[in-house]
Amino acid sequence: MIGGGSEHRSWGDRLVVLVPYLWLALFFLLPFLIVFRISLSQTAIAQPPYTPLLDLAGGFGALREFVAGLSFDNYVTLASDTLYLASYLKSLEFAAIATALLLLIGYPIAYGISRASAKAQPILVMLIVLPFWTSFLIRVYAWINILQRDGLLNDALLALGLADAPLTWLATDTAVYIGLVYSYLPFMVLPLYATLQKMDDTLLEAAADLGCPRWRAFWQVTLPLSLPGVGAGALLCFIPIVGEFVIPDLLGGSQALMIGQTLWTEFFSNRDWPVASAVAVVLLTLLLVPIVVYQHMQTREIERSR
Amino acid sequence: MRKGPSWFNLTSIALGLAFLYLPIAILVIYSFNASRLVTVWGGWSIRWYAALLEDAALREAAATSIGIALVSAAAATVLGTLAALALTRLGRFRGRLPFSAMIYAPLVMPEVITGLSLLLLFVAIDFDRGFWTVSIAHATLTMCFVAVVVQARLVDFDRSLEEAAMDLGCPPLRTFLTVTLPLIAPAVAAGFLLAFSLSLDDLVIASFTTGPGATTLPIRIYSDVRLGVKPEINAVCTIMIAVVAVAMIAASLLTRRSASGGTPAPI
Repeated sequence: MIGGGSEHRSWGDRLVVLVPYLWLALFFLLPFLIVFRISLSQTAIAQPPYTPLLDLAGGFGALREFVAGLSFDNYVTLASDTLYLASYLKSLEFAAIATALLLLIGYPIAYGISRASAKAQPILVMLIVLPFWTSFLIRVYAWINILQRDGLLNDALLALGLADAPLTWLATDTAVYIGLVYSYLPFMVLPLYATLQKMDDTLLEAAADLGCPRWRAFWQVTLPLSLPGVGAGALLCFIPIVGEFVIPDLLGGSQALMIGQTLWTEFFSNRDWPVASAVAVVLLTLLLVPIVVYQHMQTREIERSR
Repeated sequence: MRKGPSWFNLTSIALGLAFLYLPIAILVIYSFNASRLVTVWGGWSIRWYAALLEDAALREAAATSIGIALVSAAAATVLGTLAALALTRLGRFRGRLPFSAMIYAPLVMPEVITGLSLLLLFVAIDFDRGFWTVSIAHATLTMCFVAVVVQARLVDFDRSLEEAAMDLGCPPLRTFLTVTLPLIAPAVAAGFLLAFSLSLDDLVIASFTTGPGATTLPIRIYSDVRLGVKPEINAVCTIMIAVVAVAMIAASLLTRRSASGGTPAPI
């Protein structure tokens, strides 16, 4: 079952691979193919609301009919209606700026933890991770309490004399950025910490011995060596943020929807499953390159530690 | 170079932790607010917790969520542990690359895509949507988290123990049960707890894959939150935070003990 290098594979070995493999193929891979197929079908007023899928019982004739029935109408809709383009661009903008903010805020925290005493480090890491396991929903909801018009942030600003009248925070881009940075901070801090912690201190000592000031040692030694962590953290945040739904839905305004919200609306409100599928296919295509890069980094990491 | 906390490092850690915990602390404190107005402090009270006890629909949603979390986490633990064994112990089998791709992709895949695609699968094969479809969806997502956690443990433990057992004539299955499994048990348990809390928290995938009669707690909370802040929601969220916090502290204690001074678990 766990026999390592032997050429001959026992049935136990095969089962270990096959069970999870088949599960993922059936419930992860196959669904994408179906999304792709439905994105090429017409909206129909029926249950389910799209034209029928391939009927294999019909033989060759059905197959020809199937190919003839494929339609790119949904993609034409996506391309011609600026709503969708604006939505994709808005998502990329939110994700790019939020990732940059996360790096600026997450790096000093990760750096600070990596410099803490060996005993304090695991505790600090746990404190960073803990809120991440509380649901997105609750953490975003917590910010509604704070950001609403008569909420605590305005109370504090008024009490400190920093504002003359209550400011509008909810339903603005600022609120979405606060929510994104808040929710994704652990995803940024952990990979950064992992690389910073492994760093060889003697390099910094050498730099100091040679008269290099601390800030310059950081700039020329620490930062370049931590770039793998920066890349991993940035991708780990950027990819899911592009498709984020809960945060912009609860904290953002209604003028500029992110693509996750557009997909949700198409599916739940307009009940247009084919267009929702097409939105998903385009979103997945956009994210394909970052996902492949991320996978490549992960696999390399595993192979190195084997 | 001086190693130790400088004021800059201490400030950034302190500010970071304050930013992470203050909103949750405020939520918890206001769940004990006696006033119906969520923004006015009216003294300490547990009336919103008492109100929860009378909310039958909410209780039902909580029971559904816990049921789904138990079923999906159990399935995810078995599937994820098998996947971790496949990735670390079987060397280069055919189809290894697409296999590891399928393990890592769900970790970053936007939930709206995973949710929509699974729903379309269930509709295509005409599977009644409800408790079981949400459980399958959650098991699929969380098995990948379990696989990552268990794999981290499998990678850094001593293979010679297994080899010794095999050399002494112990059959592979028995070696697994008596040597490998006890050694990775803390990571497997941690994986189960992670899967459980992820399932308990999920809104997006559950919204897509659920059907009539299987409203989960996050779905219920979300529909309430959209209507505005209510003190009862503060109370529900506080209970959920407490449950997840206990599960997570247990999980991290388990992995820490198992890692015994090694590198921290990836999650």
